[in-house]
Amino acid sequence: MAAPTMHRSTDTPSAAPQTITMIKGLNQALRTSMERDPKVIVMGEDVGKLGGVFRVTDGLQKDFGEQRVLDTPLAESGIIGTAIGLAIRGYRPVCEIQFDGFIFPGFDQIVSQLAKLHYRTQGRIKLPIVVRVPFGGGIGAVEHHSESPESYFAHTAGLKVVACSNPVDAYWMLRQAIECDDPVLFFEPKRRYHEKAELDLSVAPQPLFSSRVLRKGSTATIATYGPMVRTSMDAAIAGAEDGLDLEVIDMRSLSPLDLGPVYESVRRTGRLIVVSEAPGESSIAAEIATKVQQECFYSLEAPVLRVTGFDTPYPPAKLEENFLPDLDRVLAAVDRSLAW
Amino acid sequence: MSSPERWSQPQPSGAPAATAAAPTAEQVIAGLRATSEGGAELVQLLTPEGERVDHPDFHIDITPDELRGLYRDMVLVRRADREANALQRQGQLGLWVPLLGQEAAQIGAGRALRPTDMAFPSYREHGVAWCRGVHPNEIVGMFRGVDHGAWDPVAKRFHPYTIVIGNQCLNAAGYAMGQRFDGKVGDDNGEATMVFFGDGATSQGDVHEAFVWASVYDAPLVFFCQNNQWAISEPTERQSRLPLYQRARGYGFPGIRVDGNDVLATLAVARWALDECRHGNGPVLIEAFTYRMDSHTTSDDATRYRLSTEVEEWKLKDPIERVKAHLSRNGFADHDFFDGVQAEADELAAVLREHCVSLPEPPPSRMFDNVYAEPSPALQAQQAEYETYLAGFAGGEH
Ligand SMILES: Cc1ncc(C[n+]2csc(CCOP(=O)(O)OP(=O)(O)O)c2C)c(N)n1
Repeated sequence: MAAPTMHRSTDTPSAAPQTITMIKGLNQALRTSMERDPKVIVMGEDVGKLGGVFRVTDGLQKDFGEQRVLDTPLAESGIIGTAIGLAIRGYRPVCEIQFDGFIFPGFDQIVSQLAKLHYRTQGRIKLPIVVRVPFGGGIGAVEHHSESPESYFAHTAGLKVVACSNPVDAYWMLRQAIECDDPVLFFEPKRRYHEKAELDLSVAPQPLFSSRVLRKGSTATIATYGPMVRTSMDAAIAGAEDGLDLEVIDMRSLSPLDLGPVYESVRRTGRLIVVSEAPGESSIAAEIATKVQQECFYSLEAPVLRVTGFDTPYPPAKLEENFLPDLDRVLAAVDRSLAW
Repeated sequence: MSSPERWSQPQPSGAPAATAAAPTAEQVIAGLRATSEGGAELVQLLTPEGERVDHPDFHIDITPDELRGLYRDMVLVRRADREANALQRQGQLGLWVPLLGQEAAQIGAGRALRPTDMAFPSYREHGVAWCRGVHPNEIVGMFRGVDHGAWDPVAKRFHPYTIVIGNQCLNAAGYAMGQRFDGKVGDDNGEATMVFFGDGATSQGDVHEAFVWASVYDAPLVFFCQNNQWAISEPTERQSRLPLYQRARGYGFPGIRVDGNDVLATLAVARWALDECRHGNGPVLIEAFTYRMDSHTTSDDATRYRLSTEVEEWKLKDPIERVKAHLSRNGFADHDFFDGVQAEADELAAVLREHCVSLPEPPPSRMFDNVYAEPSPALQAQQAEYETYLAGFAGGEH
């Protein structure tokens, strides 16, 4: 299957490569997008003066003014619902939802209006809106601050859902999401916000809605996304010491899923482990597993296995180490696959 | 305990709130039902008997020609509404949402809008649609199940119907914020937005949030609540202790209750409210006090929850009859005019019927169209697979 086309954004290599955090990458993506298109606006709770609770929008209001960086009233349905009206008016809003667990008051507007207006109007209304959601656990937070609600949105036609896993992708994927004419739910792994990488703007970005093989290997394939990309890479490195040669694929796009590289990989390795910290039941991980067994049935040496969060509400912080897949659980799944 | 205004009065200071004898549910209902006359603050310019009356704040200059135009609008949309209702009864539509009784509210509001304004309807606003240049033909497909509404919302400046109660109020608030951001507010040439919703919708969080957004961003937005007394089977009293227009004060903008069966008063109040918005003084809440004469939809049976005496009482306030009485009594229109409008209405109904019954079935591929602005490969693959599957039947059937 051809990779989806979404790579309009390119930057002239003006600056030397710089080492940035994911937060910085996101901030820079917003800034560049706002500089290039006066219709891009940022809106959400505390995104102005404070710069957002994670400082992703730091400094933007100072430079772009209160009309382009809106400190909104405290109501998520209001944020999404008014962004829709602004988009109909020609704006390209980037909404910030403060934490994953607070997207639900906005759920109605997202699934009832945001996802469907293009379809209902036979394409006459476009809603180029990005909804940024810091997601996932591992930061020791109180409840409703560590959830992984991405599957709800991937289940809804009309929405596109992506998750970044590193600072470079954070920059490019957000740039591309803002340029996309469809609504994009943009998930940011908050436990990876402070990790660093080198951003070289002279290197052309990969298309937004595509997955990427991060590590080549022959023993088994790991398909993962968001915060579990790092965990999976760590597992691959640790596994190498035991003679395992694991291939790791960062899915990046959850809807649409770009499964071509996964199929290709599984046909070589014969084994697939899907790693995600969201509860496994009816999840993205379930979807990947289904499609792969359908497409690669005769190549599989073992059933597709999943390593996910448990099918429980997110536990109290003292238990999140138990809840979240870690390196050992990933390697245990690889062992199970190999033992088949 | 008959005046609802009482509840908006501040509690006497010093008296513990609990002893201020909160009204019982029965008292609330009795009290608000007593406002079926609309209450003292109801703006009215044309009595049910068809007599012009003055209102100190809402004056309107209107020519006989304009009056005849409003009459014609109302007769035509009522006729189209009745035809669609009949089409549903005959199995041609899956559902119809009647506007019967709400013609004056919708035409008064709709005719106050200018082409550059934007309107966000709920699902009963066939009269407003008419004023925006949306033909009933463009509406019925949605109720026949062939499309989701055929009009171009961008060209007509009339948003798609919204079924999820209250959602459109926030979408309208955002749009109106955009009008302000675009610098289209501030003088007589300014733009404004009007959003339509019911009395039941006022209980939804989205409507509350829209009130908040519109007020804190000074959005040029007129909230037009058609209080038709019922949200399916639930009376207005189940939504609010206060008359709805009084809620606006809590958000910091004016609320006005207008006789929604009086097209002149509605037009005057809506023009004033839009003007406030154009000049940057918005938002405004208008409560059009009216009545849904038919059932909620063709799937509803209103006799189960409301008394025929109530319906009979409201019949006397019919929005069309009072304009007709006014026109004839003052010699502004004669039999030929009324017959002409009626003939035009029958013609419209015939066109609607013909269009409706001959609407083509949408091709299966339509299901897959426009899900995304930038197509998704997986969905394209699904569509191709389904088309191949369908093509497999093509040869074998005859
Ligand atoms: C969120 C939501 N809940 C329930 C419904 C089902 N429903 C459709 S119309 C209606 C009553 C609405 O009453 P009101 O707001 O007064 O508008 P009216 O129909 O009287 O114009 C209900 C409950 C809905 N469409 N949306």
